[in-house]
Amino acid sequence: MNETWLILGASSAVARAFAREAAAHGAALLLAGRDMEDLEHQAADLAIRHGVSALPMRFEARELASHAGFVAECRQRAGSGLLNVFLAFGVMPDQAEADADPAVAAGMVEANFTGAASVLGVLGPVLEAQQGGTVVALGSVAGDRGRKRNFLYGATKAALLVYLQGYAARLSGAGVRVLCIKAGPVDTGMTWALPRLPFMASPREFAAAAWRRAGRGGGSAYLPVIWWPVMTIIRLLPTPIFNRLNI
Amino acid sequence: MPDTLAAQAATRPTAWKQTALQGWGRSSLSPCLAARPERLRELRAALDAPEGRTLIAHGGGRSYGDAALNTDGAVVVTGRLDRILGFDPATGELVAEPGVTFADLLDVFLPRGFVAPVSPGTAHVTLGGALANDVHGKNHHHAGSFGEHVLWFDLLLADGRMQRVSPESDPALFQATIGGIGLTGLVAALCFRLMRVPSNALAVRRRRVRNLDDFLAGFAAAGGATWSVGWIDALAGGASLGRGVLETAEPAESGIEARPAKARRFPIDAPGWLLNGASVRAFNEFYWRRVPASGQQVTVPYRQFLYPLDAIEGWNRMYGKQGFRQFQCVVPPGPGEAALRQLLETVAAGGNASFLAVLKVMGPQGQGMLSFGMPGYSLALDIPARPGSEAIFARLERITRDAGGRIYLAKDSLLSAESFAAMYPRADEFRAVRQRVDPHRRLSSDMARRIGL
Ligand SMILES: Cc1cc2nc3c(=O)[nH]c(=O)nc-3n(C[C@H](O)[C@H](O)[C@H](O)COP(=O)(O)OP(=O)(O)OC[C@H]3O[C@@H](n4cnc5c(N)ncnc54)[C@H](O)[C@@H]3O)c2cc1C
Repeated sequence: MNETWLILGASSAVARAFAREAAAHGAALLLAGRDMEDLEHQAADLAIRHGVSALPMRFEARELASHAGFVAECRQRAGSGLLNVFLAFGVMPDQAEADADPAVAAGMVEANFTGAASVLGVLGPVLEAQQGGTVVALGSVAGDRGRKRNFLYGATKAALLVYLQGYAARLSGAGVRVLCIKAGPVDTGMTWALPRLPFMASPREFAAAAWRRAGRGGGSAYLPVIWWPVMTIIRLLPTPIFNRLNI
Repeated sequence: MPDTLAAQAATRPTAWKQTALQGWGRSSLSPCLAARPERLRELRAALDAPEGRTLIAHGGGRSYGDAALNTDGAVVVTGRLDRILGFDPATGELVAEPGVTFADLLDVFLPRGFVAPVSPGTAHVTLGGALANDVHGKNHHHAGSFGEHVLWFDLLLADGRMQRVSPESDPALFQATIGGIGLTGLVAALCFRLMRVPSNALAVRRRRVRNLDDFLAGFAAAGGATWSVGWIDALAGGASLGRGVLETAEPAESGIEARPAKARRFPIDAPGWLLNGASVRAFNEFYWRRVPASGQQVTVPYRQFLYPLDAIEGWNRMYGKQGFRQFQCVVPPGPGEAALRQLLETVAAGGNASFLAVLKVMGPQGQGMLSFGMPGYSLALDIPARPGSEAIFARLERITRDAGGRIYLAKDSLLSAESFAAMYPRADEFRAVRQRVDPHRRLSSDMARRIGL
């Protein structure tokens, strides 16, 4: 397989599991993130387990000015192969923390949305030029309806979804598939300390499902799929009832 | 600005949660604060446990008792640190993070003709756990225990320093950490040598053994075998005391078609009455009769021979909600032979429903100060946790101690501090190393406190 997956936010548990999935299918990996020590461990692991090439790359979502150079380097590293993108970075501070500190709120918007829009924007022409490839981005069920518990996080993911819809439309002519995964909670460091969450998927199960779904084409998809009926109900709840729920 | 944000993210406090953990025997629930680092940086941060609590590493949770528990303290779950960091096919040298499991090794390296040089009876054990209990396999009689194959490890000490420890760089710390039940620091990476094998399969011979004497003779005759293990029907008494099946195995020259392993899951906590004398007796009888009187020779994949119990995920629920305990001891040859008989008689007389007991011949003393392995015979058996079962353990402990044997900490939840001191003669050396690397005892566990370390 002459394909490369660029993993943005590669140290997250979900991204790690997705990278393993891609490597198991023979893809080369570009592992982009901030924790270089960790990315080196991951690159070694993928190369040894699956015999693929895996390269750590420094990437900071909030350093918008660096994105053009970063993308150019990715293009070059992917060689003549098809470049695909898995966008997994994002932060989820406590809603209360974000309420109390505008810098925390702004930092989250910057990382989860501004950074994503910026790097995807720069990647657009590259994907168009190769006339193909797949973009998978991690949205969240939290983006379906603003809940008391984490509506700022949800808002960043809702914004990302809308962005991806237009992005998909623009790139569809070039044969690029764009998939937004509306992720339910996954058993990672992000959710470890939270109270028990329903329908939790392991990173491995989640990544396997994401890989299969990506193979079937773009659009948006709930993962695990149980979130489709659940969120349908939550979206349909009348506002007065919804507002009284403590979710 | 971005840099300060990045710095904030990097120093984000470790996520701790209040939870309750159990040993594999599930005989008690231990409330604690737990963190589950996903990378080295988070492991380092976890060293700083909240409220000045003590800390212990928790690997695959396959120790039966309290080696990886720290009631009301802090616990660092290492399973997410599961990266393979280096492999040299010329030498078989492997470097890995501590959460890599024996199952990972089998998946990745058996197709390339390598297996772990020593493997415990379940593939869910992590490398960190294997080091910390200096585990042994069915080849202990000539491969020794896991620690014999370790070249070095990176140890995160209580004061936050990371030290690469080898037998040359710091022999005392090396020997204290191998088998040191997690009390010298957090192992962040380790390097050991895999063993070359010609195929993915083993040629296994099984034969029925009528009683204990027959067993010991059988083991002596099979001394040259690469792997050997005995399954004893612990309910058989009288003239059949110690009857069972002796299995030996050699690497098979040609492999067999690999089928993907699919474990069945034990669905529920079994009701207490399920494991009564009759049902277990019937099972053990079946196991014995399965092997034809004339013996049997089969070729099986490594997984099946090394990890027979892994075929049923969560089999420990078979013992119901109250759980069970495992007893494992090693007794020296000579006095040990009489002790084995006494141990089996004690269990058979108690009518304690124990599935197959495991008898192994053990090889050299491990280099770890608290290593379990030593020349002699090892006997392991499960006993359901019921009223009265602790008294049986006390008797088994006494017999072992009087025979000059020792009880395996990986399995233990009841050993007294006094017996520990008698069984582990290098405990003081161990304490001295701990005093040097962790003078404030920031690392501790239920087991450490119980056995007086
Ligand atoms: C079905 C079954 C069969 C078994 N068969 C055998 C056998 O044949 N031979 C044998 O020797 N054992 C056997 N065992 C016991 C098992 O191998 C040991 O208990 C082993 O230590 C378990 O490793 P773990 O990863 O589950 O770690 P845990 O049980 O979670 O922890 C074990 C110890 O390792 C320490 N530890 C874990 N990770 C680290 C780390 N990163 N740094 C420092 N310390 C750490 C813990 O603090 C604890 O003291 C068996 C267990 C089961 C359930």
